[in-house]
Amino acid sequence: MSDQEYIPKSKFGKWFNDRLPLLTLANHLTDYPTPKNLNYWWTFGGILTFCLITQIVTGLVLAMHYIAHADMAFDSVEHIMRDVNYGWLIRYIHANGASMFFLAVYIHIFRSLFYGSYKAPREIIWIIGIIIYLLMMAAAFLGYVLPWGQMSFWGATVITNLFSAIPLVGEGIVTWLWGGYSVDNPTLTRFFTLHYLIPFLILGLVVLHIWALHVPGNNNPVGIDIQKPSKDTVPFHPYIVIKDGFALLMFMIVFAFFVFYTPNILGHADNYIEANPLVTPAHIVPEWYLLPFYAILRSVPDKLLGVVAMLSAILILAALPWLDTSKIRSAVFRPLYKQFYWILVADVLILGYVGAMPAEGLYLLIARIATAYYFLHFLIILPVLGFREKTMPLPLSITEPILGGSPNLVLAKDRKKFKN
Amino acid sequence: MKNFIKILPLLFLLIGFSKNSNSAEKVEYLKTDWSFKGLFGKFDRGALQRGYQVYTEVCASCHSMKYLSYRNLAEEGGPEFSVAEAKAIAASFEVNDGPNDDGEMFTRPGKLSDKFVMPYDNVKAAQAANGGAYPPDMSVLVKARGGGVDYIYSLLQGYEDPPAGITLDDGVYYNKYMYGNKIKMPNQLSDGLVVYADGTEASVEQMSKDVTTFLMWSAEPHLESRHKMGFKAIVYLIILTILVYFSMKRIWSRIETKV
Repeated sequence: MSDQEYIPKSKFGKWFNDRLPLLTLANHLTDYPTPKNLNYWWTFGGILTFCLITQIVTGLVLAMHYIAHADMAFDSVEHIMRDVNYGWLIRYIHANGASMFFLAVYIHIFRSLFYGSYKAPREIIWIIGIIIYLLMMAAAFLGYVLPWGQMSFWGATVITNLFSAIPLVGEGIVTWLWGGYSVDNPTLTRFFTLHYLIPFLILGLVVLHIWALHVPGNNNPVGIDIQKPSKDTVPFHPYIVIKDGFALLMFMIVFAFFVFYTPNILGHADNYIEANPLVTPAHIVPEWYLLPFYAILRSVPDKLLGVVAMLSAILILAALPWLDTSKIRSAVFRPLYKQFYWILVADVLILGYVGAMPAEGLYLLIARIATAYYFLHFLIILPVLGFREKTMPLPLSITEPILGGSPNLVLAKDRKKFKN
Repeated sequence: MKNFIKILPLLFLLIGFSKNSNSAEKVEYLKTDWSFKGLFGKFDRGALQRGYQVYTEVCASCHSMKYLSYRNLAEEGGPEFSVAEAKAIAASFEVNDGPNDDGEMFTRPGKLSDKFVMPYDNVKAAQAANGGAYPPDMSVLVKARGGGVDYIYSLLQGYEDPPAGITLDDGVYYNKYMYGNKIKMPNQLSDGLVVYADGTEASVEQMSKDVTTFLMWSAEPHLESRHKMGFKAIVYLIILTILVYFSMKRIWSRIETKV
């Protein structure tokens, strides 16, 4: 990278940059050599940054009007919806923004899985990403509790009760988390505090995530190492900026549709009923983005093992760079992995579906099979596949297949077309 | 670009999931045309005003609406009574106020800034008067029920004699749209129960529709401005997207790679 050679033109710029190299940073960010063959699945990093900023900004405004008190929280949300100027808009953006955030992060994660972006030398980027994802889930759960509706209250009760599965100290931990003997006002105030804190932790980790990314540079659909800068790369600005911007606008249209026309479709009706500790809702379900893990939790008959299974399902992702033994990154050149990849996608969607259904009969059976397959994929299929799979030869550079040089990629592309 | 379109089915699949979770046990609700649905959906002013009349004359004796103020009745996007009418409506209610300078509580006629007067002093009093069942606050009721407006509309018309084999306790009624079919609210509506000021015939169906429209407004008082702003925002975004698309094509044409 050409960072060291950058010298500001103006005298003041030089003086400033010698003391704090912000201009060098800006120069690095605009010139950052990016593979020119990135497809639209790579635009979700930018989209996620937008989601985070949107959540923080709308969240700040909401926090100015929200009251974190068990007797007033629900009323204060209605106050925001009715009397605060454009309060309904801010709240609907924030509530749907959480769903949009998760939609984007799932696409971002599955893009990594398909193109092997987690493999060396990008393991740290991946692990930071998993931590961000965990914090996102925590923030989303905490945020869902704040309106203090029925689903808020009972969701908080169910999730905090999971800690009681820990042997010996479990019950004590739950009481400590609640700040009392049930979910109540002390729980709400601490959840609000943590919900306010976590986005800033995420923001810090995002900086590290991008920093770690800028060391080896982006992976790309072909998954090969490239020379930087070279004819295989383009400067981040304007090429990637405009492309990310275009994708972001498309995303915002979908986002706007939810906010303005179906703002409550992703929520649960019960959350418009004020929390009542004496009435349990018929079905307690989490938000859609947590459903696959909820299905895993419920598919294990033992409470402690269920919690362990659910946590392992997330933490196993952190070990992915070492579980996947294949040296080839992109699924484009891994015909078998590609099929298992799509089976995994289907498996997670099935888990999400059964997570929304009552845990009984056929649903429970499906949940168990899907849970078993989820772990099978990561613990057995991936490690074995790396040794057994016959992969296709890789092109030498990005430019080569684009100019029609590599018969193999052309073949791979044709097959993809055929499948579509 | 082609790949991008693949996201959409995934999205709808996921929405499908969350919809399913909301209505695990489904009955077919009665359908009617709601003027507030769709991209340009607006409330029918007449229906809102009639709905308010049904609410005050029928529902309000048991159901509170604690998040609404009388001023809301004159606000844009609502029933849009004139300010004078809303003031008259407010003044027709006795409001508890105080303490005054002597430390006494007193009653006075309602003002625009007052919240809707509650039928009972507290939840316990409401339960005591209704055989142990609390008539829920109706401010956000439409959003608090899985089937939304269709559910409320159907429920009001869903009273029937219980099928053979089902016995009902005292103070419990059979309703085919109620969860579990047993409801503690007796049938409230009968043809001609209210006399509409605008001369509309007060059939059970008509009153159900009017009051449900009113409840939709009370749950989403800014629905009209939301629809209006949404249309503008989306049109703006689409135009901007097209412009950015062409700029992108232009910029990327400097190198041979396609985007």
